[in-house]
Amino acid sequence: MNEVDFLLWVRGPGLAIATVIFVLGMIVKLFEIFMLGRKKNLAELRGSGIKEGFRTIITRSGHVDTYSTRNTRFTHIAGWVFHIGLFTTIFLLTPHIEVFKSIIGFAWPALPTPIIDLATVIAMITMLAMLFHRITNPVLKYLSTGQDFVVWALTFAPLLTGYMAYHHLFFSYTLLLGLHILSVCLLLVFFPFTKLTHAVTLFFARWYNGMMAGEKGVQQ
Amino acid sequence: MADDRTLAEMLRAKGITRRGFLKFCATTASMMALSPAMVPKIAAALESARRPSVIWLSFQECTGCTESLTRSHAPSIEKLIFDVISLDHHHTLMAASGHAVDEALNEAMEENFGKYILIVDGSIPVGNPAYSTVSGISNLDMLEHAAKGAAAVVSVGTCAAYGGLPYASPNPTGAVSVSDIVKDKPIINVPGCPPIPVVITGVLAQFLTFGKVPELDSLGRPKAFYGQNIHDRCYRRPFYERGQFAETFDDEGAKKGWCLFKLGCKGPVTYNACATTKWNEGTSWPVESGHGCLGCSQPDFWDMGGFYRALSMPTVNLAEKAGVGIAAGAAIGVAAGALNRMKKAKAVKGHETVTVDDLEKGE
Repeated sequence: MNEVDFLLWVRGPGLAIATVIFVLGMIVKLFEIFMLGRKKNLAELRGSGIKEGFRTIITRSGHVDTYSTRNTRFTHIAGWVFHIGLFTTIFLLTPHIEVFKSIIGFAWPALPTPIIDLATVIAMITMLAMLFHRITNPVLKYLSTGQDFVVWALTFAPLLTGYMAYHHLFFSYTLLLGLHILSVCLLLVFFPFTKLTHAVTLFFARWYNGMMAGEKGVQQ
Repeated sequence: MADDRTLAEMLRAKGITRRGFLKFCATTASMMALSPAMVPKIAAALESARRPSVIWLSFQECTGCTESLTRSHAPSIEKLIFDVISLDHHHTLMAASGHAVDEALNEAMEENFGKYILIVDGSIPVGNPAYSTVSGISNLDMLEHAAKGAAAVVSVGTCAAYGGLPYASPNPTGAVSVSDIVKDKPIINVPGCPPIPVVITGVLAQFLTFGKVPELDSLGRPKAFYGQNIHDRCYRRPFYERGQFAETFDDEGAKKGWCLFKLGCKGPVTYNACATTKWNEGTSWPVESGHGCLGCSQPDFWDMGGFYRALSMPTVNLAEKAGVGIAAGAAIGVAAGALNRMKKAKAVKGHETVTVDDLEKGE
């Protein structure tokens, strides 16, 4: 298999297999979560839980509570910076938008590539800093499992290979583009079975927390 | 074939001045990215070269490669050089000469056994050899026979180099490339559909100058001509960086000459000299004329997921696959969920209550 065959495979059958595993895994996961059910709330409702649920999704993402985050400031700031960098790279680069367009049928404006390039570099540096933080901070190190490092690598690989492909580093563009798409395939395959599902489940979790508090009449 | 004059003598006889000849050598050197100090060496090597025998076999092809070479710039120095190498046998150009051609082939092969350069254009049908025969001889037999005495084989065009169009899915003739058949000779791939004329002559000049196969890339192409990426050398690259793309072939972006990536340009994965050498005496090249690069110098360019689909786009219908995933996921999910609920119900049912008395008893 030469690099051209490799690129064709990952763009076609490889990506198809990864997509099916990703979608199938996520749907199974969501069914499992929702079908578990919750205990019936026997107490009298003191407010609308539904509205509070949606409110919490937003407020939890933006709260600045300097007291409770005093020991985790680095994680908070680095987390935000990394996610902004990652989403800018994923959703605002023209070749990526073309992929989404081919699946969902519509597109949106892109950013110039030098800005995406910068976002990628920022995301990668933040990820390296967070990895360093994870292995040097005693508490974090104690809490870390093997999966945390696997997930880190799965997220870092597409950023690195994409950056290398754009700058033609070390290998031909054909091979690097193939590796880039392969790394995304791996990310998709492992996504439903690792902590990466937080990208979806965080919204349900936050909504549920908000709803519970709302039904109990907690003022937020 | 009996002509023993050197290339320099031949060229002078054809009215090419020494200045013109050196100019060609300098151009060749610069195309091969060699230092100017190499120009005299190229000139010396070419001047003293005795007309090397060249045998050109045409198999499953469209004659575009030969057209590209013979209809290049009206009598150019490259063409004259080609005239004076001893093109002892050329299937297509000799088509009208009947059986004498076969004799010329055999004669050339016998006289120059182990020394001649074998040029092949076109792929070889091995699924059913009857798809392409010359004088009743299958392409496969002819290639194997002719390759035996060749010093090197030059696969001109993407069909000979990688199978090309005949090889495209579903490959009805069972077409294969030269390198799939010839294993024991040095092979130089000169792909393109067709290859740039000066690249064909340049590769031959390089071979004559250094007397050995040039440095090749992983796909068997001379790095001197195929070392550059179309996207990197494209004059429209700044528009790619700025995010300015033509969305259709007749919109404002297309008129302003913006990047053709969204219209399926395969420049980013294509290695060829088009962007720098251009075509028709440096007049233009596909991207300059408003059409994206097809990637014709790459293997499988016909099956790269469609000429007009952006390179990053998947080659399969992912929405359809996702639908399959959703359906299967829902079915498995419901089953898994039901299993979990059963487990939960069983746990609740099997739960033994403990009273204060029980706890005291246990102490």
